[in-house]
Amino acid sequence: MFSIERWSEVFEAIGKNKLRTFLTGFSVATGILILVLLLGVGEGMKNGVEEQFQQDATNKISVYTGVTGVEYKGLNPGRRIQFKNDDYEILLNNFGDQLEYKSSVYRIWSGLTNYKDKSGSYRIEGVLPDYQFLENAGMINGRFINETDQDKFDKHVVIGKKVRDELFEDKDPLGKLIEVRDINFKVVGVFQDPGGDREESKVLMPLSTMQKVFGAGQDIQNLSFTLPKAQSFDLALENSNQLIAELKSILKAKHTVSPLDNSAINFSNSIEGSKRFYDITTNIKLFFWLIGLASLLAGIIGVSNIMLIIVKERTKEIGIRKALGAKPLSIVGMVLHESIFVTAVSGFMGLIVGLVLLELVGPMINTEFISNPEVSFNIAISTVIVLVIAGAIAGFFPAYRGAKIKPINALREE
Amino acid sequence: MIEIKNLHKSYKVGKNSLHVLKGINFSVEEGELVAIMGSSGSGKSTLLNILGMLDEADSGSYHLDNVEIKNLSEKIAANYRNKFLGFIFQSFNLINYKTALDNVALPLYYQNVKRSERIDTAMSYLEKVGLADWAKHLPTELSGGQKQRVAIARALAGQPKVILADELTGALDTRTSYEIMELIQHINEEGKTILVVTHEEDIADMTKRIVNLKDGVIIDDRKIEQVKALADV
Repeated sequence: MFSIERWSEVFEAIGKNKLRTFLTGFSVATGILILVLLLGVGEGMKNGVEEQFQQDATNKISVYTGVTGVEYKGLNPGRRIQFKNDDYEILLNNFGDQLEYKSSVYRIWSGLTNYKDKSGSYRIEGVLPDYQFLENAGMINGRFINETDQDKFDKHVVIGKKVRDELFEDKDPLGKLIEVRDINFKVVGVFQDPGGDREESKVLMPLSTMQKVFGAGQDIQNLSFTLPKAQSFDLALENSNQLIAELKSILKAKHTVSPLDNSAINFSNSIEGSKRFYDITTNIKLFFWLIGLASLLAGIIGVSNIMLIIVKERTKEIGIRKALGAKPLSIVGMVLHESIFVTAVSGFMGLIVGLVLLELVGPMINTEFISNPEVSFNIAISTVIVLVIAGAIAGFFPAYRGAKIKPINALREE
Repeated sequence: MIEIKNLHKSYKVGKNSLHVLKGINFSVEEGELVAIMGSSGSGKSTLLNILGMLDEADSGSYHLDNVEIKNLSEKIAANYRNKFLGFIFQSFNLINYKTALDNVALPLYYQNVKRSERIDTAMSYLEKVGLADWAKHLPTELSGGQKQRVAIARALAGQPKVILADELTGALDTRTSYEIMELIQHINEEGKTILVVTHEEDIADMTKRIVNLKDGVIIDDRKIEQVKALADV
């Protein structure tokens, strides 16, 4: 395989049989190209669909308080538990690295809000910057509450789309001052929420500002956070249950709540709703695996066919070479050497063209269900290698048969 | 050089067995130029194929240069063909994508001769057949006579003990045929053993011995007065 003589013989055959080389190379290259594009589009569709169902994927957990249900350490039942900022610190300190987004929330259920002569009563919430992602809020214009607002106690608010529609109608709300419970706030952004009107009838402001302006001290009403997407639904469920159990016992200990109490500290968990998402992604993955395997199979069959044709075409040459003293193994070696070389080179060319195409065209494709089409380079490389090996195996049998043909029969072939 | 005793060969044609060679006894000395004649179906090509180790006999013995040719594996047969035999075919059987020079050099490739040496040797044989100027041409650019000369040069290049020619003038016109035979005679003069299968009387007359085959047996084997090919041109 590595003798220079063989290589020069192979290169001569390749160079002199330009058409054959071109046709082989072309079909292998297009095969790989199509496969790469297909894998890319498949990946893109997976990404797209995942994005579409992203909000279902988030395993959002909220912790809120109630009144104690059982007597504990001399404390009577019926005691109301109040979360403070340090409860949020506890969450961060113990589980910070496991969380995706997190925020604590202070909420006034109904706050009279007006802009000039228009007014309405909305939910007022003091939140942290991550809250945007917890609620899947999308910015229509402006920005969301940020860290600076939080640090400087800025009187900035972000209003829901419904609030804007009611207070501002068609006017641009950005930079305008609105009154919330008679205190002026500057509008810095407008958000929309997939939850619809109810979720969009909210006025959000920095938690720090809210606590200060409305005299809430260190009080917060709930802790909200999400866990990152897990490999599978079962794993996600396990992670979330474990975290809830640990957090619950820490918070109960801190607030002197009986481990048996079921009403003082409550959790709501959206994990059950995300089962649908996991099912969908599992199915999509399976689907594109099947498509990928099918295309790979088609590629293998294509390459095998080409090998068969090449050997068939070379039957007479094989006969001549055998009459001149070529050993069967040297015939097999020669045919395979050439085929593998051509297949590998053109395969990689197809691969590169495919990757470049995906890289260039990918970002231009922006439909809802295809997003960021791409192929993992490793998968693409392994595909080419599998194809080359498959081609070699597929080429081996006809080459072997060709080498076995009696030279006299091969020579008779016209 | 060649020693054949009681050679039999039959082919299966459907359910019937076709007995092609029915006990051939035949020997060739070194330096002979022999024509094997016979009508089609007489078994002359089969005999040549067995001599050329392209085919195997059912029974009988075959010695080539005192080596018994028997139960050969493909590998050994290839080795013997390469060492002992040079082939010339009716349809030339040159490799189309190789130049005349590379075609001639091919047997040397299978003798593991280095490339530069192969090219030198091949060139000297092309000169010998008068085609040095055509070395870089592809077979498709050559006339029939030129192709056959290249094939002869190729048969010689491996320095075989015996050259086997199967209807080597079958695809050529009379004038070219005689020119080719002149070359064959010349090579024979230099001491090469050559067997020519032909059905053409005039070609056979240009050898030194005619073996006549009919229905799988040798009916006649005689030395003749050689006709010089050049005289007829």
